[in-house]
Amino acid sequence: MNRLIWAAAIAILLSACGSAVKLDDVPVEDKAGTSVSKTDGKDGAGVGQRAVTGVALDNAQSTAAMMATNRTVYFDYDSFAIRPEFQSVIEAHAKFIKADKSRKVAIEGHTDERGGREYNLALGQKRAEAVRRAMGVLGVAESQIEAVSFGKEKPAVLGSTEAAMEKNRRAEISYR
Amino acid sequence: MLKRRFLLLLATLASLPALAQFRVEVSGVGLTQIPVAIAAFRGEDAAPQKIAAIVQADLERSGQFRAVDASAVSLDEGSRPDVSNWRQKGADALVTGSITRLADGRYDVRMRLWDVVRGQDLGGQSYAVVVGDLRLVAHRVSDFVYEKLTGDKGVFSTRIAYVTKVGPSFNLWVADADGEGAQSALNSAEPIISPSWAPNGSQIAYVSFESRKPVIFVHDVASGKRRLVANFKGSNSAPTWSPDGKTLAVTLSRDGGSQLFLLDATGGEPRRLAQSSAIDTEPVYTADGRSIYFVSDRGGAPQIYRMPATGGNAERVTFTGTYNISPSVSADGKWLAYISRVSGVFKLHVMDLATGATTAITDTTADENPSFSPNSRLVIYATHQAGREALMTSTLDGKIKARLAGQKGDIREPDWGPMQK
Repeated sequence: MNRLIWAAAIAILLSACGSAVKLDDVPVEDKAGTSVSKTDGKDGAGVGQRAVTGVALDNAQSTAAMMATNRTVYFDYDSFAIRPEFQSVIEAHAKFIKADKSRKVAIEGHTDERGGREYNLALGQKRAEAVRRAMGVLGVAESQIEAVSFGKEKPAVLGSTEAAMEKNRRAEISYR
Repeated sequence: MLKRRFLLLLATLASLPALAQFRVEVSGVGLTQIPVAIAAFRGEDAAPQKIAAIVQADLERSGQFRAVDASAVSLDEGSRPDVSNWRQKGADALVTGSITRLADGRYDVRMRLWDVVRGQDLGGQSYAVVVGDLRLVAHRVSDFVYEKLTGDKGVFSTRIAYVTKVGPSFNLWVADADGEGAQSALNSAEPIISPSWAPNGSQIAYVSFESRKPVIFVHDVASGKRRLVANFKGSNSAPTWSPDGKTLAVTLSRDGGSQLFLLDATGGEPRRLAQSSAIDTEPVYTADGRSIYFVSDRGGAPQIYRMPATGGNAERVTFTGTYNISPSVSADGKWLAYISRVSGVFKLHVMDLATGATTAITDTTADENPSFSPNSRLVIYATHQAGREALMTSTLDGKIKARLAGQKGDIREPDWGPMQK
């Protein structure tokens, strides 16, 4: 029963994201990486004319608040341990991803605003990889998951209060 | 207590409303400053740039000079100044000059430097340039004066890169070392971090999140063309150049964890530099190319380490505190600047590498990302002031600071470019 509700919720989320968000081409399984090519990326140029295709967070936020909550795992300060209350979130998504081998998911790690940008990027990576590992334990193929980090660059909530920072220490499960 | 004063470049702002990104505020007084008088350049009332004001701001920002009032004098590079009069005013040196519009529309700028203590002509320079290069000429005049009087190379004609965030929009800028004349290299709706100048000063590597993950680009400053050099599975970040410009040291998570790799600057397959089960990131080469400083939490908390640039044993460099990040090594190899968390706040520190002695040189609490000037005399860094992200320069003793204060938005991620050829 619970399982059905989860599956339905995720299906709605997926369709909402899938239709609204045009992602740039980031191959998840490409481990070797095509490092240099003549065609990748748009060149920068003069002032303000080359806004790269952004994936607005607004798209995700416009989906039901429940959906947003259900694909976010929050972390304690300076911690990468998955709190027990988020295990069910990870299990639900793991089940959904496993059900279709063509599904790709990015786990996006985030930190609060304290400290340096690059070190926070590495901390966010640890959070993302903690969720990736938890999904791996549940049998999700590594080729379907990519753990990436935004460090402190994309806070969910603006502000320097402890309440805001709690909301920013997170990993988001993002379908691509 | 340090005296506090503010220098407003009103003349510059008035003449350059569109380009005036920054205001320089100098606070603090050093102990061994050279008193220098800079007379208005003859003809600059009618010229598009006030050369004397730019030179004066440059020299003051360096922390090594104190301006002596030279208003209401009429001198140029051909004048023979009354040195006893300038000695009386307390000056050790005097800069004179002129600016003349040429028939072809260019400007002829001439200057002369006097040692008024000895009554000696220390030499002069002349430049014939288009109007767009007048600021650069002023910076070159500053470099000439600086080098003649201190024996060190000046850095006034170098460039800096930094990132602004205005609302949802991110911009990577290239500006003169005084923050003026900023030109946008890249505009993006997603964050840009960690710009890093190539040693030849013509390219910048940086991290962009435009594809919903951090990837590394190398961007040609003159043409605006850029190349994706690292887009491996996971996160790609913290690019830094080897001194010969051939190699980038980067942080990749392709094999799990944030780990250090070397990459040809043209791209290709990365080579692992070190292997640990901890976070390794923020690599930076020493100027001789032999060593790499980096941050690792292998000891349980982030500390700065040093290892051979070819890999091998890492030795710990910072021992005080539980959070030391963002190392920058001066070109002369004598100084390490980094950010240390002390009592919950983040402060710029400078370490004398010969003795290991460290000093916190700011009174701000959210310092980030220091970068040395190429003559090893100044450090530029990001901080928070009055609720805004701003850039500051400081002398290594912390006594002279200048704020490069943007008109709007948050300014961050500075990187000081190399000496111009």
